[in-house]
Amino acid sequence: MLILTCPYCGIQADETELAPGGEAHLKRAGPDASDAEFEAYMFERRNPYGVHFERWRHAAGCGKWFIAARATDTLEVFATYKAQCTAPPADVIRAIRARRPDWEGWK
Amino acid sequence: MKRYNALAILREGLRLHRGWPRAWASPEPKSEYDVVIVGAGGHGLATAYYLGRNHGITNVAVLEKGWLGGGNTGRNTTIIRSNYLQDPSAAIYEKARALYETMSRDLNLNVMFSPRGVMMLAQTEHEKRGYLRTAEANALQGVETEFISPARVKELVPMINIEGPRYPVLGALWQARGGTARHDAVAWGYARACSDMGMHIIQQCEVIGIEHRGGRVSAVNTTRGRIGCGKLALIVAGHSGRLAEMAGFRLPIESVALQAMVSEPIKPMLDVVVMANTVHGYISQSDKGELVIGGGADGYNNYTQRGSFHHIEETVRALCETFPAIGRLRMMRQWGGIVDMTGDRSPILSKTPLPGCYVNCGWGTGGFKAIPGSGWAMAELVANDAPGPLAAPFSLSRFREGRFIDESVAAGVAH
Repeated sequence: MLILTCPYCGIQADETELAPGGEAHLKRAGPDASDAEFEAYMFERRNPYGVHFERWRHAAGCGKWFIAARATDTLEVFATYKAQCTAPPADVIRAIRARRPDWEGWK
Repeated sequence: MKRYNALAILREGLRLHRGWPRAWASPEPKSEYDVVIVGAGGHGLATAYYLGRNHGITNVAVLEKGWLGGGNTGRNTTIIRSNYLQDPSAAIYEKARALYETMSRDLNLNVMFSPRGVMMLAQTEHEKRGYLRTAEANALQGVETEFISPARVKELVPMINIEGPRYPVLGALWQARGGTARHDAVAWGYARACSDMGMHIIQQCEVIGIEHRGGRVSAVNTTRGRIGCGKLALIVAGHSGRLAEMAGFRLPIESVALQAMVSEPIKPMLDVVVMANTVHGYISQSDKGELVIGGGADGYNNYTQRGSFHHIEETVRALCETFPAIGRLRMMRQWGGIVDMTGDRSPILSKTPLPGCYVNCGWGTGGFKAIPGSGWAMAELVANDAPGPLAAPFSLSRFREGRFIDESVAAGVAH
């Protein structure tokens, strides 16, 4: 059972009270974008074997969206953080580096 | 190849089975092949087989990082059906189902294809309307299905509770020639036939890099050395994204866990496949007597071949409601496979941005039933460098062009 800490209400939530929301930090292609850029935004997803940033909603709790930094190869959770940011905060990066020194880094 | 038949079994029985040769060879990799296929699961081996049989290309290697058929080919619920809504899906799944009918004879290995009938229960008014529509679509596609009444459901499956309480059975989409097959035997049969054509099946050989020269794929680097290739086919289900990254492109695919389980063996109680998609559960009984049970996929990326515990509970709860008699059965084994999900829940059989490199992936939760049709269509694509009519609608470009084959709507959940 995946357990994530909601960064808003502080509760350790089982995945049964959470709803997964897919890859985090997607940047919407603008009005001038090419077809290829828009296709990438709509459909192409990072599907890493290892560190992944993913949106979750505390659906049966406070209802807020947040972001989890997880490992897809071990199901380890490095950190969770609020969704009001466009990139992972420095302390989250540090938490991942502490566990995965050879991680190639954010994007 | 020593053919399997009743006489051979009798002869070998009399000499304590000492005369059977190995079913397939385990050669050292050569330095170069015309076609290298990555992934010795059902789809990879079927592609190799039809490359040889239909297109005369036999200088082929099939590379496998683990063991043959040890991925999703060995981790599914063995259901075979072709009652899809969209024309391109119905075409390729029906091709596959038809090939399963003659597979044991074609491969000279008993794959235990059992066309026992597949029943998809309609348990809400929406689902009933959906299946009525699918039955009409199937009639136009030449796929034999029919919508049957609750009374007929009860006749075919006396154990079923058709009166609810939450979700009464309002009818079912019935495909009489759907069924199950022995999943390992499908992989073994193709492997044996491929080896007999002189193809190399190389296990314990993981691809760690893809080389290109002059804008075209030229070789793969593996844990057993560099292997040159004229053409390269990536057929690795859940790990497609990793190989695409090595080849320098991205795929519209996310890998998630899908689970299944079997109960302790019991006496025969169920001689069809029952799928209940509203409540997320499907069930059939194996020849050993175990109930083979599957449910819904997880919602988040995962490569661990372990799934969420609560999905097991949901699945079992749904089936206990539909089949109250199984409520006290104990579950024996549970397993997870990593399935490759696309946005429209349909597969990708396509050329890629790297010339000479092809992908066959995205079968998601519905791969086993498609194996022969997928191999047939993929072999055509690789051999001709152009898709045939079966593969053409499933190209990568459909996402950019908005030509989705929207089976997430057609099938609801379970495949």
